[in-house]
Amino acid sequence: MKSSNALWKEQLAAKIPGNLAGEIDGYETDIALRKQGKMDERVFAETRLRRGTYGQRYDNGQRYDGSKFQEMNYPSGELTKGPGTMWDAPGMQRIKIPGGGLNASQLETMAELAEEYSDDIAHVTTRQDFQLHYIHIDDTPALMRRLAATGITTREACGNSVRNVTACPYAGVCQDEVFDVTPYSHALAQFLLGHPDCQSFGRKFKPAFSGCAQHACGLTSLHDIGFIAVTRNQNGIEKRGFQTFVGGGLGAVPYMAKLFDDFVPVEEILPLTQSVARVFARLGEKKNRSRARIKFLVQDLGIEKFKELVLQERKTLTPDPRWTDFVDAASKFEEAPLKPGSDRGSHGSEEGFARWLKTNTRSQKQPGYVTVTVALPLGDITANQLRALADIVRRFTKETIRTTVEQNFAVRWVSQRDLPAMYEALEAVGLGDPGAGAIVDIVTCPGTDTCKLGISSSRGLAGELHKRLAEKSFELDESVQHLHIKISGCFNSCGQHHVADLGFYGVSRKVAGFAVPHFQVVLGGEWEHNGGSYGLPVAAIPSKNIPQVVTRLTERYVAGRREGETFKDFVKRVGKVELKKVLEDLAKPPTDPTDRSLFSDWGDPREYTLGDMGVGECAGEVVSSVEFDLAGAEREVFDAQVALEAGQIEKAGRMAYQSMVHAAKALVKINRQSISDNPDEIIGEFRTQYYDTQKFWDPYAGGKFANYLFEAQQKSSQPYTADSSRYLIDEAQLFIDAAHACYNKIGTAVGA
Amino acid sequence: MSSPIQLQHVNVKLFASDEARVDLEPLIPIFHGWIRDRVFEEMLLDVADYRHVHEGPGVMVIGHQANYSVDNTSGRLGVRYNRKAELDGTNQDRLKQAVRAALAAFQRLESEDSLKGTLRFGGREMELLINDRALAPNTDATRSAAQPELQAFFGTLFGGADYALAHETEPRRLFTVRVRAAKAFSIAELLANLGS
Repeated sequence: MKSSNALWKEQLAAKIPGNLAGEIDGYETDIALRKQGKMDERVFAETRLRRGTYGQRYDNGQRYDGSKFQEMNYPSGELTKGPGTMWDAPGMQRIKIPGGGLNASQLETMAELAEEYSDDIAHVTTRQDFQLHYIHIDDTPALMRRLAATGITTREACGNSVRNVTACPYAGVCQDEVFDVTPYSHALAQFLLGHPDCQSFGRKFKPAFSGCAQHACGLTSLHDIGFIAVTRNQNGIEKRGFQTFVGGGLGAVPYMAKLFDDFVPVEEILPLTQSVARVFARLGEKKNRSRARIKFLVQDLGIEKFKELVLQERKTLTPDPRWTDFVDAASKFEEAPLKPGSDRGSHGSEEGFARWLKTNTRSQKQPGYVTVTVALPLGDITANQLRALADIVRRFTKETIRTTVEQNFAVRWVSQRDLPAMYEALEAVGLGDPGAGAIVDIVTCPGTDTCKLGISSSRGLAGELHKRLAEKSFELDESVQHLHIKISGCFNSCGQHHVADLGFYGVSRKVAGFAVPHFQVVLGGEWEHNGGSYGLPVAAIPSKNIPQVVTRLTERYVAGRREGETFKDFVKRVGKVELKKVLEDLAKPPTDPTDRSLFSDWGDPREYTLGDMGVGECAGEVVSSVEFDLAGAEREVFDAQVALEAGQIEKAGRMAYQSMVHAAKALVKINRQSISDNPDEIIGEFRTQYYDTQKFWDPYAGGKFANYLFEAQQKSSQPYTADSSRYLIDEAQLFIDAAHACYNKIGTAVGA
Repeated sequence: MSSPIQLQHVNVKLFASDEARVDLEPLIPIFHGWIRDRVFEEMLLDVADYRHVHEGPGVMVIGHQANYSVDNTSGRLGVRYNRKAELDGTNQDRLKQAVRAALAAFQRLESEDSLKGTLRFGGREMELLINDRALAPNTDATRSAAQPELQAFFGTLFGGADYALAHETEPRRLFTVRVRAAKAFSIAELLANLGS
């Protein structure tokens, strides 16, 4: 698209490391080959994905305009960049930032790219990456060259590869850390980038580092491999190492990582990860993407067997000097401040500054210094703000800035006396908002704004909640101010809703014959302790009623909270049955039939879907029956959750399985009213009617949710464990959500 | 006219009247309507809402060849046209195309009932940017090379009336020129001056 694309290669030749230059040249050749029809679209799709170049919403050449689908006639015609993905359709570019670490020049480059190739906005993600949206694929080689010239690669930012290696953004300055994990995370990132043992995974692989066990900043529990800094005294000498976890992950069904070893010496983390990668590549699922993450392999093998295989693999590795080359330097690694540390001096009493000071600064372990958090609304920052931020980090620090998993920036090594001036500088460019890490600092994935998988508008909801909460956040009860709200547009958890106090993920439901955007309300999650526990869905509520959900639950918490009780503990004590009652009326359709407010989503006035109304009397009757039965299944999975929390593991597992069978039966009955109650017969019929015909298939997840049912059937004679019951409850909820979606499609077909 | 510079990816921002107090929310359905009704020659694809960022791009309608937005960058509200796809022709052709597109968009917005007449063209000021640092880095050399093109264009646009040009000199920014006419023009007058 850009006239200048060819110019950058020549202009930047001397500034790009040879390996990166060759990598980008190769990618550019792949683009040319695809355009000439000499490269298969699937191969090309994986090629671009491994460079962080994604598809985006509406890239299949169609767009729903509120009343009908319109064709988009792109200039490149039928040329695709992947199956069902039009060449000219805008895409998203993900940019890996290992450990979130940046310098001022890199911020300036990000600003340039946001202006020239995107929509003037750079977006910080929950894994410390950047994302730029509405990018044309023809521009991506030039964009990558400009990044490479400042030392950034997009390689393996997506695809079945090792993704960004994340790390606590406060590493090295946190008062509670065991030691600074920064150099170790960098060493691992460098080692794994393009490593031959990491090129044949069935799915992605995400590593994370944390300097402590108690805070959330590293989120090691929800990663494929997680490292928590620990030390051990050996013969009077303190040795550094990592408590190492494997097999964590969010996604549709979240898995808590399992402890692999409570002390892996720093010299061993690279070869150990290499061994894990080899086992994952060799034994991990390849065909069924929905079972291909390492968490399933660990679950299936059991942690002990998995560990045995990894340690066997470790013995077969050929020694690599990179395993230990970094270790000496790492132990001495230290960032330097620009200015001497200082006391706070006398600050003005200006209210905005005082609020910002309270929520956006934290004292470092180095006396006289603080880390300042720059809160970004919805993770967004403009090009002008990025340049201003570059100036600010040059003025006050030695360019020590990192992205955070809460979609903010952490500016480290600010001398305390500079705080008023820094606040003034940030405030002047709209970056001085208080509330970092507080209830107003809402984390969200892109959702239906730009993501192909989005079901509900997570950003629209987050924007609305942010607006409402920002107006009164400092008037809220102190206990509420520090709650975490996290929102995903679908079940895939990019917004990390499972580890929020108040989590939400997008689903659709039918109300009065129309599809209505909803969010599942997820309660019981824990952000601290590296994402210490995962919440479970309580109720599906129409999108437009979610602000009331937040109000009611927080008010209930303030009114009924015991001294010092966290929200998670409050939810556990009061119980989800009781809290669900608080929300019950919000789940109901509007009493006024002319009220159409529920039928569109936040920030999008279009009617939510097309043609979902079932017409015709017979269809109408069947539709009512299906809705009724699905609601019953939903109650059943909720009861399973209650049973699990009461420690009734076997009962919980059985009820979750039953809820899936009942949801399947609801659909089967549409064409076969006389189906018996025999689960095997129901599931057999479900397979014939809905799985084999692909009617139940999700557009992107394929047969994933139906497979949950089939697997549950296979295991139904085995005893349930706490883990298996917990996973099955999540799977059952997703299966029921998928049954609702399937029923919506059937309603369309009946009505068409 | 042979030119030492190629002005592609022209951006034009027409500033709203100073007293404009505009609620940007109604723009979301307006822009969805533009997509649905295919009101412009460019293929429009999506609406992006950035009201939550400070002095940002406001509300945008994203297109394949160009974006339109009611933009609040640098704290001044205006209607912006961002040409993304290359255009053939001369620099004068490309400047004319972008300014015409921005004017047409502003004209349409001025007549939108849901905006209740709040969004009005200020009549005198606009900003012109070249959104490509390789073609037009923000340097003295670019400013010198572009000057004859700009003078010729704004001479036509303002029908020979006086105007003042001011360049953005911060080197990290896009090549940007701010233009202020000595007298106020209506959108129709400017479109007429540009001809067909």
